[in-house]
This record gives sequence, C-alpha cells and structure tokens, in this order.
Amino acid sequence: MKFKKALGKLIVYIIVTAGALFSLLPFIWMVSTSFKTQREAIQIPPTWIPKVFTLDAYKMVWTKIAFPRYIYVSLIVALFTLIGVVFTALLAAYAFSWFKFKGRETIFVSLLALMMVPVPVYVIPLFILVQYLGWLDTYYALIIPWSVNIFAIFLLRQHMRSIPKDLYEAAIIDGCGRLCFLFRIILPLIKPAVVTIAIFNIIGSWNAFMWPLMVVNSDKMRPIQVGLAYFSQGESTNYPALMAASFIAIMPLVILFFIAQKQIVASYAKSGLKG
Amino acid sequence: MKGIKTYLWPLFLLSPALILLLVFRFFPIAYAFLLSFQDWGIGGSKGFIGLSNYKWLLQDPFFWQSFWNTINYAIIAVPLSIIVSLFIASLLNRGLKALGLYRTIYFLPVITSMVAVSIVWKWLYDPQRGVFNYFLTTMGLSPLKWLEEPRGIIELIIGKELPYLLKGPSLALVSIALMSVWKSMGYNIVIFLAGLKNIPDVYYEAAKIDGAGPWQTIKNVTLPLLSPTTFYVAIMTTIASLQIFAPIWLMTGPPPGGPLGRTSVVIYYLYQKGYEEYQVGYGTAIAFVFFLFVLAITIFQKTVLEKKVYYEV
Repeated sequence: MKFKKALGKLIVYIIVTAGALFSLLPFIWMVSTSFKTQREAIQIPPTWIPKVFTLDAYKMVWTKIAFPRYIYVSLIVALFTLIGVVFTALLAAYAFSWFKFKGRETIFVSLLALMMVPVPVYVIPLFILVQYLGWLDTYYALIIPWSVNIFAIFLLRQHMRSIPKDLYEAAIIDGCGRLCFLFRIILPLIKPAVVTIAIFNIIGSWNAFMWPLMVVNSDKMRPIQVGLAYFSQGESTNYPALMAASFIAIMPLVILFFIAQKQIVASYAKSGLKG
Repeated sequence: MKGIKTYLWPLFLLSPALILLLVFRFFPIAYAFLLSFQDWGIGGSKGFIGLSNYKWLLQDPFFWQSFWNTINYAIIAVPLSIIVSLFIASLLNRGLKALGLYRTIYFLPVITSMVAVSIVWKWLYDPQRGVFNYFLTTMGLSPLKWLEEPRGIIELIIGKELPYLLKGPSLALVSIALMSVWKSMGYNIVIFLAGLKNIPDVYYEAAKIDGAGPWQTIKNVTLPLLSPTTFYVAIMTTIASLQIFAPIWLMTGPPPGGPLGRTSVVIYYLYQKGYEEYQVGYGTAIAFVFFLFVLAITIFQKTVLEKKVYYEV
C-alpha cells in the first residue's frame, strides 16, 4: 500500500515535471540560439548549449536596429498609460462607491456592458478617429485611448466599498476634505488592488501589438512588439538575431515577474474568481 | 447647499473617466454601427448604402472561410486548453513540494509577448530547420509541414481528400492552436488551482467515509464543485480564441492567413479589409457580425452550460 502510494506520487512528479519542461523548452531554445553563430543555429543535429559562444546577435540587434529606441517608446507608453488608468479609475471608483447621486447604478451598469465589447469591434472606427485627430504616429495615439480602463474602475470600486463608512466622519473631524480622504485614507487601504491594476496594465502595454501596429508608421515611434515584428519579417532566417531580439523583448517582464511573482500570480488568480 | 455639492462632486470625479470612455469607446462603437451601412473607402464616405455591406458579407467566400477557420480553431484550442490545464492543476494540487516553482514555470509563457512567442514557435515548426521535425525524424517518424500544411487534420489522419466541411482544421491552424494552448495553459492552471483550493476538505472526507474511490471522488465531488471555475475558464478561453490575431500576422504565409487562406481568421480578415485595404464600411460590418457571434456564443454558454454549473450556497 505504501509502495503504491509512493509510486503514484512519483508518477505525478514525472508528469508535472515533463509539462514544466515543455513550458520551458522554447525559452531555453531561444536563449541558447541567441548566443550561437548563424551557422551553428541551423546545424543538424541541433546543439542545446552553444559550442561557440558569441554576442554578435545582441550587438547586431542593439546597434543596427533601433531596439533601444523601441524599448524607450514602450516604457513611455506603459508609464503614462498606467498613470492615466490609475488616476481615472481612482476618481471614478470613489464617485461610485462613496457618493450617492441620481443615475449612479445606471451609469455603472452601462460601463460594465461597454466592457463586454471586444476591442476588434471598434478598432477600425477608433483608428479613423485617431487619424482625424491627427494623432497617427504620436504618443497620443498609443496612450490616450487606453488611459481609461473599466475593469480598473470596477476593481477599485469593489475594494472601496468594503471600507467602513465611519472612517469618513473621523477624517472630517481631523479636517481632511473629500480629496484628502481619497488620497490619504482610502488609497493606502486599497493598495493591493492598485498593484493588481498596475501589473495588468504594465503587462498589457508592454505586450500590445494590434493597435500600435495600426497607428504607428515610422520606425522611431514603434513600441517594442511592433519593432520586433517588423524585424522578424526583415531578418526571417537570421535565427540568432531573431532569438536575441525576442529575448530582449520579453526580458523586462520576465524580470518583473521574478521580482513580483507572488503578486502577479495572485492578481491573475483573483481576477478569475467570482465576485 | 448640500444638495448641489453632492451632485457636483460625483460629476467632477467621474468626468475624466467618462469623457475618455465616451470619446474612445462609446463613440467608436456607435460610429462603427453607422459606418457599416456606408460605402466608405479611400477618400471617405460615398454615402449610405443600406444593408449592402452585410449582403456582400454573406456572399463573400473569404469571409466564410475565415469564419469557419475561427470556429475550427476554437473547437481545438478551448477544450484542449481546459483539459490539459485541469489535469496539470489537479496533479499540482496533490500537496506537491515545490508547487510554487512549478506554478512559476507554467506561468512564464503567459506574461511573455505573443510576438516573441510566435517568432520562436515559427522556427520550432520550420519544416526544414525546425526542432519539431528533427524530433520526429529521430524518432523514425516522417516530418510534417506544420504551418505550411493546408490539408485538414482529418484528411491527414485518414490519408484521403475530403469535402471542405469535413477536412477539419488545417494542420497549420492546429499548429497555432497548440502554441496558444502552451501559452495560455499557465493562466488556466492558476485559476483552476485557486478553484480547487476553494473546495472544502469536508466534502472529500465525506466521500472517503462513503467509500468513494479516486475516480468517483473526481466525478462526484471535484468536478461538480469546480464547475463555476471551469465555466469561467471556458468563457474566457473561448472569447480569447475568437480574437486570435498576432500569430496569424507573424507565423503564417506570406501572405498571412495562408497556406491557401486556411489560417485566415475573422479578426485577421477584419484587419485586412478594414485597415490594410481601407474598406472601412465593409470592415465595420465584419466587426459587427463578429460581435453578434461572440455575444451569441457567450449567451449560449451562459444559458446552456450554466444550468449544469453547481454553485455552492
């Protein structure tokens, strides 16, 4: 009986380890190839550890292609989108959870309905609008339409509602106004929710592809994923360079993931639970 | 005095979000609806043409092809993703050591960009130089054309040419589905793990006392109590699958959607018509039909599947 149990456990470990290896192999292959010479990269049988270790691919990606620039554009877009999303969501969620006004529930329900509309449904008219505003190929096009997020409003409202109402009376007595109350008292209490929003937004902006592909024409305004995509079309068989470029494009989020792993996984897990 | 104040404050607080939402969400959606009844190409609108865009859509074989490809894609990707993730999650939930490490590894593909992942996988799938074909040939199997294979998987299995609707998704489309299962698996595992943790031990103990074996426990305790989570994962994975775009642009063709249009999906077709060819009116008509389709599927899942969902009181 004991033996059977141990055997069962062993089989479980073998299966989950095989699955984990399957999850990792494309990454190992990517990193390994990025340090190879062009010749070794296409050699059969393939090598898992480069025989000749070279940084040529990275040098090429970093100097001949505008990769530093792409990263800079993506950082700017991620930062300002995040500021916009948190700011608009904080204020709106505060109104929805701490103020009573006519039409509050109606507006809120309409927002939830609006959230259900997938982006591709309105991406073409949004493009026409941005073109009309003269924003093509600018940061405005990349940032402003995405600096409001209904899910963020929804999440912050949920958290703000659970704050006891008598805190407000206490704050008023201490001479704290309505905005002071939001930023001094509420904000520290809902910090975990703000962190969740920040995580989703940074990952979302960094990985965004379809919209930037549509609104950016010039090389110097390309965010990282669009830059990478065009690079992959131009150099479709230079595998070390392709893998080095892909590795650079995922590295910032991988680093962020290893630093804030617990919060990131928990954020995703919570977003999936009802209520 | 107090009345005016309580009315002005919410207005002030809501205005940044509401103005942005009105301009960049509500307006484009309403505008899309109007555009879909117009003949709008390069040079702007040439006026309203009634339902012509929609009529054209119904007769457009390329639209139907992309529609059929999208359905085929979802039929492969959604169940496969759910089964694999649920299987791995239930194994991970057996009190493994290093659960955190496993979860981290499985989750890694979720945060990496679809663009980078597509570039790596395109090479793994390469018929001449790809690692997958290298594995197949070393195992003594014949290599596959993967992303360049227009034939349906049912055709490949039985080795005969079949009529269009019976071909099954092309191997090219299945290759993309496999990649996206690999990419989204970690997310679903995390959600399933959270769902499994929420099942109170009492139920398992009760099942044990009643003499239920492992299979009976899974069938009568785990699956019914997990059904709200499974339902959520099913809806989210379906909606995501119907919107697949980046891998088509990056991995298939040239031209993307190939070979022979067997990987063209609705969103790629919408992008091609509405953006690349600038047939805005037609593109927005595709967008609305797509929206109705997503809505119909969601409502179907809610009404038909949700009846089978067991909610704990």
